[in-house]
Amino acid sequence: MKRAIISIILLSVFVLVLINIFTTEDEYYNLKLEKLKQEYAIKPVPSVDHSKLPALQKEFATPQDVTEACIGCHTERHKEIMNSAHWNWERVSYIEGRGVAAAGKKNVLNNFCLGAQSNELSCAKCHIGYGMTNDHYDFANARNVDCMVCHDNSEEYRKGSSMAGYPDRSVNLTKVAQSVGAPGRINCGSCHFYSGGGNNVKHGDLEEAQLSSDRDLDVHMASNGMNMSCVECHTAENHQIKGRLYSVSSTNTNRATCEQCHSGTPHFDDILNRHGAKVSCQACHIPVYAKANATKMSWHWSDAGKLRDGQPYQEFNADSTQEYQSIKGTFTWAKNVKPDYVWFNGTADHYLLGDTIKSAPVQMNTLYGSHDDPESKIVPVKIHRGDQIYDTKYKTMIQPKVFALEKGDSAFWMDFNWETAAAAGMKAVGLPFSGEYDFVETEMYWPINHMVAPKDQAVGCAECHTRDNGRLANLAGFYLPGRDYNKGLDWFGILAFFGALGGVIIHAVIRIIISIRKKDYEMDVIDFEKNHPDLN
Amino acid sequence: MRRVYVYKGFERFWHWSQASLIIFLALTGFEVHGTFDILGFEYAARYHRVASWMLIGLIVFAIFWHFVTGEWKQYIPTTKNLMDQIRFYSYGMFKGEKHPTNKTEVKKLNPLQRLVYLGFKLVLIPVTVISGILYMFHKTIDRNDIVVINEFSLESLAFWHTLGAFLLMIFLVIHVYMTTTGHTPTSNIQAMITGYEDLEDEEDKTTEKSGTPE
Repeated sequence: MKRAIISIILLSVFVLVLINIFTTEDEYYNLKLEKLKQEYAIKPVPSVDHSKLPALQKEFATPQDVTEACIGCHTERHKEIMNSAHWNWERVSYIEGRGVAAAGKKNVLNNFCLGAQSNELSCAKCHIGYGMTNDHYDFANARNVDCMVCHDNSEEYRKGSSMAGYPDRSVNLTKVAQSVGAPGRINCGSCHFYSGGGNNVKHGDLEEAQLSSDRDLDVHMASNGMNMSCVECHTAENHQIKGRLYSVSSTNTNRATCEQCHSGTPHFDDILNRHGAKVSCQACHIPVYAKANATKMSWHWSDAGKLRDGQPYQEFNADSTQEYQSIKGTFTWAKNVKPDYVWFNGTADHYLLGDTIKSAPVQMNTLYGSHDDPESKIVPVKIHRGDQIYDTKYKTMIQPKVFALEKGDSAFWMDFNWETAAAAGMKAVGLPFSGEYDFVETEMYWPINHMVAPKDQAVGCAECHTRDNGRLANLAGFYLPGRDYNKGLDWFGILAFFGALGGVIIHAVIRIIISIRKKDYEMDVIDFEKNHPDLN
Repeated sequence: MRRVYVYKGFERFWHWSQASLIIFLALTGFEVHGTFDILGFEYAARYHRVASWMLIGLIVFAIFWHFVTGEWKQYIPTTKNLMDQIRFYSYGMFKGEKHPTNKTEVKKLNPLQRLVYLGFKLVLIPVTVISGILYMFHKTIDRNDIVVINEFSLESLAFWHTLGAFLLMIFLVIHVYMTTTGHTPTSNIQAMITGYEDLEDEEDKTTEKSGTPE
């Protein structure tokens, strides 16, 4: 009876252990996620058909006329726009080490096309306004607000090249004005996909492939998945768009986060949820970026300016990415890139025009954060490296004038003369130029937030928790199980363990030898003479 | 010689389940530590956690059992015959000497065992288990309002936990080997399986005191 009870207890324990070991979370049905999918599957239906509005039944001579028509009904919306960083190209915020300062495209540099100042005619293609030809732009003129670039739903609207933000001459303004609505992926993408001079050049995780992708590329925007538009996450109450791009932004406010939909505890597994205290969602769920098209990983301006027969030229790699361009220099590209990882608390600093260079490589932006900072998490980033022109005497980065329509206007892309380009650019931003210049290494950090992979492709535990060259191999300041260990303790432990093993083996051997000598064990020796006495 | 019921049912269950849990925890634990790769980090960590809770449960029952049955008295340390016992294992047994102490059902442990097992129960297991629990719940400040333990650095917790693990493995090696030093090489192991062991008759106690060969 007692035996029966004990064996039943043991058997139940055994079965419970097996159940615990072999169950996986996949067997649960994720109702939280289903609820979200249900919510976002219902796409909003516009309450107004703009093609039926009398005010839009006319030929528009200029894009400003369209803006006036918009303001005619949406009487206050332009004020919201004119308060935004998309319009002002700067945002006043508190920056660690600087205090309250304005930062944005007006005064930061990058290590791609360097900066917008003195190149407005071309760069304003991505300004939500018309007529930015130089640095004397009137940011108070509501007529110049470009409503159509964000709200055109007809895919007719295009900004013209080198036209200071005006639409291309071929655009049918009436058609565009009658088909406005909530922004789609192509509206945001027309600037954010092509920034830096081509598709996926800058971000690495935002590119034209997301206009029509599958779930492997991006679970949110996939055409065969949730098919979400940008503004479903980057909501824009009163045109204040949620989200921060730390190539220009500085503060940990109004960010678009995964948690705003998925909550801080989206996993069934408590251990995974607890990772969220220090690890961003993106770190595991974006295993690689630039999945469809290559992104630019480096850009060396110091090579720019070589000419063939007096003419600029370009060279291509085997995968048809640009390797060299006389006007820009040498590039490297990469596809399916594993991100780098940094600690980041949502605040950043930037190289602002006029700052003194203290060390190289110059950090075009600095993402703040550390393990000991409770706001910090490990985030994936693309690090874009390169070199660019700086003033060797004043130790400042130079904003060169690169763009002009004609030769002889000091623009590097026309004249290939760094000295005049630097002088013209620095004059435009009101900073001194000594006339002495060289090139300095630079780095720029781009947090990776898009191209979220299906969950079965998420980064596995052992990709970080490993001793050999894991994803977090270079991230210091904390103890990572599986990666870190105390070398002294390991030596002591292994020596002591094998010492003990050797000790007992020696002890055992001595015992065996002695017992054999004492004949404690019967020795099975074949004694020929005894067994065959008759042979004697 | 007489056949005696030395190890009770729970005692044997406790011994073997603790042994298998510790071995399993060592395998999974050293995989988490990065020493080798068998199950893969994810499963090693998951099973290590499951087994650790089972071991903690078992220890709770074992503590209860020790106090209720009074078996804890078996572990009261003594220096009497301690040196004799060490001398016996060091070279006395090579000369064919007899055990300096006599094993009975009320006095299961020799002085050396008492000391080592007491250290095992009061130092080694607590250090390993407590550092393990703190390790399991260790994390820094979290917005999700889950229990927060960040007064000890994970690095120091990992140090103590790993040290405990190494010492347990050394204990395991020596302990397993010492079981072969009974009347016959397997008599001690058989006793821990069946509960019964052939012990010296009570009258032979003279040898226990002298500790010298006959």
